[in-house]
Amino acid sequence: MVDSLSLAKREDSIGNAPTKNAIFDVHDVHKSFAGLHALSEVNLKVGERTTHAIIGPNGAGKSTLLNVCVGRLAPDSGTVTFDGETLTGKKPYEINQAGVARVFQTPEIFSDLNLLENLLMPALSKRDGSFTFNAFRALNTQKDILQKAEHALEDVGLIEKRYEHAGSLSRGDKRRLELAMCLIQNPKLLLLDEPTAGMSRHDTNRTIDLLVRIKESGMTIIVIEHDMHVVFSLADHVSVLAQGKIIAAGTPSEVKGSAKVQEAYLGGAPQ
Amino acid sequence: MDAFFLQVLNGLDKGGAYALIALGLTLVFGTLGVVNFAHGALFMLGAFCAVSVNQILTISRRVKDESVTFFAAYKDEPYLITWFGDTGEFIIDYSVPISLLVSIPIMLLVGLVMERGLIKHFYKRTHAEQILVTFGLAIVIQEIIKANFGANAIPMSAPDIVSGSASVGAMLGLGNSVIYPWWRLIYFIFSAITIFGVFAFLRYTSFGMVVRAGMHDRETVGLLGINIQRRFTIVFGLAAVVAGMAGVMYTPILPPNYHLGMDFLVLSFVVVVVGGMGSLGGAVAAGFLLGMLESFASTNTIKSLIPGIDQIIIYLVAVIILLVRPRGLLGKKGVFE
Amino acid sequence: MNMSARAKIQTTPAKDWILFIAFSIVILTMPLWTMPIGASYPALLQKFAIYGIFAIGFNILFGLTGYLSFGHAAFLGVGSYAAVWSFKLFTMNAIPAVIFGVIFSGLLAYLVGFICLRRTGIYFSILTLAFAQMCYRLAYSVLTPITNGETGLQLSGGDPRIIDRMFFEASPGLPSPRLFGYELGGYAGFYFCAVMMIITFFIAMRITRSPFGMKLKAIRSNQNRMNYIGFHTRPYTQMAFVISGMFAGLAGALLAVTDPLAGAERMTWTASGEVVLMTILGGVGTLIGPVLGAGAIKYFENIFSAFNENLLHNTFAILPDGLENIVVSAISPFVGNGWHLTLGLIFMAVVIFLPGGFMEGITRIQRYIDRKRNGSVDSKTENEKEPNHG
Repeated sequence: MVDSLSLAKREDSIGNAPTKNAIFDVHDVHKSFAGLHALSEVNLKVGERTTHAIIGPNGAGKSTLLNVCVGRLAPDSGTVTFDGETLTGKKPYEINQAGVARVFQTPEIFSDLNLLENLLMPALSKRDGSFTFNAFRALNTQKDILQKAEHALEDVGLIEKRYEHAGSLSRGDKRRLELAMCLIQNPKLLLLDEPTAGMSRHDTNRTIDLLVRIKESGMTIIVIEHDMHVVFSLADHVSVLAQGKIIAAGTPSEVKGSAKVQEAYLGGAPQ
Repeated sequence: MDAFFLQVLNGLDKGGAYALIALGLTLVFGTLGVVNFAHGALFMLGAFCAVSVNQILTISRRVKDESVTFFAAYKDEPYLITWFGDTGEFIIDYSVPISLLVSIPIMLLVGLVMERGLIKHFYKRTHAEQILVTFGLAIVIQEIIKANFGANAIPMSAPDIVSGSASVGAMLGLGNSVIYPWWRLIYFIFSAITIFGVFAFLRYTSFGMVVRAGMHDRETVGLLGINIQRRFTIVFGLAAVVAGMAGVMYTPILPPNYHLGMDFLVLSFVVVVVGGMGSLGGAVAAGFLLGMLESFASTNTIKSLIPGIDQIIIYLVAVIILLVRPRGLLGKKGVFE
Repeated sequence: MNMSARAKIQTTPAKDWILFIAFSIVILTMPLWTMPIGASYPALLQKFAIYGIFAIGFNILFGLTGYLSFGHAAFLGVGSYAAVWSFKLFTMNAIPAVIFGVIFSGLLAYLVGFICLRRTGIYFSILTLAFAQMCYRLAYSVLTPITNGETGLQLSGGDPRIIDRMFFEASPGLPSPRLFGYELGGYAGFYFCAVMMIITFFIAMRITRSPFGMKLKAIRSNQNRMNYIGFHTRPYTQMAFVISGMFAGLAGALLAVTDPLAGAERMTWTASGEVVLMTILGGVGTLIGPVLGAGAIKYFENIFSAFNENLLHNTFAILPDGLENIVVSAISPFVGNGWHLTLGLIFMAVVIFLPGGFMEGITRIQRYIDRKRNGSVDSKTENEKEPNHG
């Protein structure tokens, strides 16, 4: 692939000291459900403008970790900080206002609105979280916001479907729509929960291309992924989660070589 | 102490009615996932079963009144008395307990027809639509009753033998001031038995076990090759029977009229929500709790302390409980959110 | 082709103005075109306008945010009481009465909304119902000094009416509400209500088209996603609740303007249910729907409940005697006192077969006509898209 060269280069430059200017820091997070340890002693540092992949077998606690990150779940102990701000204990909307956007495993979109309207919502969202009661200026006269939304749709290749109901989209399109909704906010940190799950090879490759472009624009990304192809095309740094603990971390090639990871995740069978 | 005990008793019969209706409501919700605003109408239908049975038993003919000797007076004499004499009188006297038996097949039929004819089509619709269509049904049922029985309340009487009051205080050694109508006591015992019956049915029969398993995880039970749907339909019929019997038995306490169902429905819904949607135990507990609170709030001491509290106590408690415990007293997470 | 078909649905500011002007004309000429259907008398026309306002307001909450309130009649009742008190204490002018009605119901709505909006779904419905029942019960009992209990609040000769007294002497007999000297009885009353309704329609239209309205729709669609794109949703739902409560208060105040008395029965939960019926019947979330629903219910209520057996016999007198009796006895349970039976049946039919209400019926007919006109090619694409509408 064309990307493989440039990707390797970046690995070198960042792989040396990925944690020096860590923008996102998960510190010693514990979370248990009814005595079951979903996460224990999870530490994670994500450098600015890097892509960090979290991999691990099913039930390893990956989604729980993301849920803790965006405030859907409160950790039992430990802290999550982003850009110097503590996120633990904050409401989801406050975390988003801090610059964190998330794509879910099952797309969370406005299914009974059309695609354009779906994008208008995040476009209207204010970083300062202020309540704006702009109830008298019609939305269809506000050209700037409309244009912004259309651009975002173009970026993910959904512009032809802008007047269709979001609920009628295919699964892959729904994911792309959700991604566009996150991107239009221009977040500092993007959390992706299995962005290619259930997609065809063709769709997966399209999504990878899109994510590579996003990454190159300088956004910090955390991605949970099963598909090793996706992980190795995107990630600068990989953490392996198994049974709620991080058992290995490093560059993709380091992790790939680790015997411990192969045992836990790849079932001992090297690929 | 006596006054306190009296209020407990006062709360019991009303609480029993709330609990019985709420039990059916939450059972239907837990199994079929349907919010049934017509459930109060089933209670009212039960009450009018009793009224109809009484009217049928007392179909009369005009006979000369022998006791009036000055002029020719006529009175209505039920055929039953003409034909069977004292036995006939006895049967009429016991019209409410008889209606209880009559109402079971009728309410079962009504419940099954309602479920198959209407509710079935609303499993997949939103809760708002379920509320709306059953609300419409409730209006239709109550208007049919109004057209047939008129708008006024129809007084019904309990059998003579239990029409008086029991000196409960003397029985329990609490002093003679605690007296309580027999029928209300019977109502409480009836509701307790019915509630235990429903719980035992769900817990100890294989049918009940399947239903409970289905409430918990419908998919899995379906995969086992069990027709869970048919069982849930029967559960709806059962809930209708429970509501209907509760209605029959309540007639001597409160003369039924056509909007009886709506009155009880609102309160029962509050009870269900307070108890926790889908929780059977919660519905029963909340039913008795709210019944009791209502009776305590209507004592003069409390009323003079906080004027108007007797009017709003149930709603006030409901608001507070819902704010403190979002899922009600015993509600489970993830239900109805 | 696909896109142009879709684009037809999109609204533009110009289309909105046309809709608004058409709406205003239709409302203002109502006394004329309701004549053939026998509805052109002031009392009924006033009701059309007042309940139209009530339903428009309810729709702002239920139609846009999806929060089903079962307690909106409480705001209507409070609006009525506030208006009558304004007549009693200050002046018979309708403007202050309306303002008082709106303010007080807005305050109550703020309080009720502040508490109830902490919950969603059925819990929200039950909470609003509980509050409305509390208002109703209190109005009947302890608040009797304010509400005059079962009798209802009425004007009386001994009312202070401070502002009116400053300008002219008390006249014998009870005064009636007026607008700076014009008495608001009959058609004048209707036009006052109609203008109010046009204003509320305009506000509702602007809200629906605005970013605020779009956010409300998004909240209905997926509240979670709204949170994750950085919206604290509560202020928005709270605002919607207060606006819709104020509209209900306006409707209540107008009821008092057209007939200066207020009773607690306006606050019963069945009255709250009625506005739900109107909105559903007309079409939830549409602009015109609630007005249509309110009009239809009030019209049929008046027409159907006026029928009695004699009138039916007269109507069907052309039929042969035996047939006439059969027809009359078949129809009579559904009219007169049985009107609510008809209402319940119609309502059930709408929820079952036409969940979008009358407005969905109209769009269906429109689509059908379009398909006929455009021939087979277009109709094929329409058919393919049909399932997407759900």
